[in-house]
Amino acid sequence: MSRISIEQVKHVAHLARLAITEEEAEMFTKQLDAIITFAEQLNELDTENVPPTSHVLNMKNVMREDVPAQGLPLEDVLKNAPDQQDGQFRVPAILE
Amino acid sequence: MSLFDYKMSELHSLLHKKEISVSDLVSESFKRIHEVEEKVQAFLTLDEERARAKAKELDEKLATEEEFGLLFGMPIGVKDNIVTKGLRTTCASKILYNFDPIYDATVVQRLQEADAVTVGKLNMDEFAMGSSTENSGFQLTRNPWNIECVPGGSSGGSAAAVAAGEVPFALGSDTGGSIRQPAAFCGVVGLKPTYGRVSRFGLVAFASSLDQIGPITRTVEDNAYLLQVISGLDPMDSTSANVDVPDYVSALTGDIRGLKIAVPKEYLGEGVSEEVRQSVLHALKVLEGLGATWEEVSLPHSKYALATYYLLASSEASANLARFDGVRYGYRTDNAKNLIDMYKQTRSEGFGNEVKRRIMLGTFALSSGYYDAYYKKAQKVRTLIKQDFENVFEKYDVIIGPTTPTPAFKIGEKTSDPLTMYANDILTIPVNLAGVPGISIPCGLVNGLPVGLQIIGKHFDESTIYRVAHAFEQATDYHKQKPVL
Repeated sequence: MSRISIEQVKHVAHLARLAITEEEAEMFTKQLDAIITFAEQLNELDTENVPPTSHVLNMKNVMREDVPAQGLPLEDVLKNAPDQQDGQFRVPAILE
Repeated sequence: MSLFDYKMSELHSLLHKKEISVSDLVSESFKRIHEVEEKVQAFLTLDEERARAKAKELDEKLATEEEFGLLFGMPIGVKDNIVTKGLRTTCASKILYNFDPIYDATVVQRLQEADAVTVGKLNMDEFAMGSSTENSGFQLTRNPWNIECVPGGSSGGSAAAVAAGEVPFALGSDTGGSIRQPAAFCGVVGLKPTYGRVSRFGLVAFASSLDQIGPITRTVEDNAYLLQVISGLDPMDSTSANVDVPDYVSALTGDIRGLKIAVPKEYLGEGVSEEVRQSVLHALKVLEGLGATWEEVSLPHSKYALATYYLLASSEASANLARFDGVRYGYRTDNAKNLIDMYKQTRSEGFGNEVKRRIMLGTFALSSGYYDAYYKKAQKVRTLIKQDFENVFEKYDVIIGPTTPTPAFKIGEKTSDPLTMYANDILTIPVNLAGVPGISIPCGLVNGLPVGLQIIGKHFDESTIYRVAHAFEQATDYHKQKPVL
């Protein structure tokens, strides 16, 4: 039984903001299915009472003094912008 | 004979005796790059003009001042996922083909303060996702020992450039083996520090809970010097650890009498080639001869590390790579009807297939209905893997095994099946999941290709790793072998 369908792959691609062709959808479905099937070996382990690890060091929130500081100059911020206008990033229309 | 056959301390004494200049060192680097780069293809961008100007500045300093940075005059290459102000940084991705960073990564700043000279940016797998550097969006880097073979990855450019004698020092980054595996394939020394030892500020994030920047060099001593410069707390990275940085070079005593080595049976079992196994067993004999003892142990959850890693790293990547959307920097598609379409086209045209695959796997593992079954399950197994290491380190000083199951493979050999490529990293991935430090040093040559010995240490105990690696190096001459190009 496959773990992930082509419809799910297309949905995930949409969530990830990736445009994929029908051909790519088929390829990724096959490959992701193999990877997810492989990953299901983790189910061999009983982890009922095991806490999850999200970070290896025993660090809690790291705080610093809230001191005002100079932000980046506008010129630097916009330096790599593909499109800009009036000191702002310019993007295509949000609504058609 | 190249100037880079000398280690740094020897080059420094030549500099002080005025037998060479910093300009000579930088010229040596560019001369070699021009000689071999056509074959090796390690560099994506060179910074020759600024490097030569910096060399002149340092020669001036040598003549007039008394205080010098620890890496004074040393040419260094930087992996292209570490941002360098005013020097194109691409992550080997088309989506950042024109990205001109507006600040330096903390490690780059520290290199400058240490008087090192950046000569250029090094090729890699796109966004550090890969084990062969074949996923670069721009060029194919080749293994200097055999140009039909891959250099390993993702820091393949960094390892190949050092092995080919183009630079004596390089920085790489390691999320699942990306420093150690290419170091093994190219016969050089590569260390992944403890998670939190080195600031990640300015390292373009792949999997934030696993990524670490680390040094790649010819010798263990040079490696220790480079780590010395880049280590330590950084206010710009809240995951950098507030732990004192010891003097790494003073740990290189050559004395490992009484050292207790653990050898995980899982690291010499199925999947590891006989030649690699023999090289590691021989290395253990050498270490025994120096007064260490070793015993077989078990890291019972090793076989689950690969699946755990791909779920966690891909999940983190799917979030981290959301920032590449064509709005603030990098590539933007020309043919978009509206904003959402612009995001989708930009990302589809800008990312390669491996990156897309991992973004989709991660998005899936984090999506509602699958989060507990995949992402959270993997985080729990990560705890078990980490505990395996803690248990062994209660009784032993270091863990030793091979870095990779086989020496370097042929270009194109593993590109068709992602899982076959991933399997390359089974011996390095657990180290990232546990957050402990690990090094790869050369320990043999099989059919003309280097074999890497992996030495793994306790959290923040890079000193012991270096001590063992250095003792081994002094007792053998694998590090003196060089590829013929």
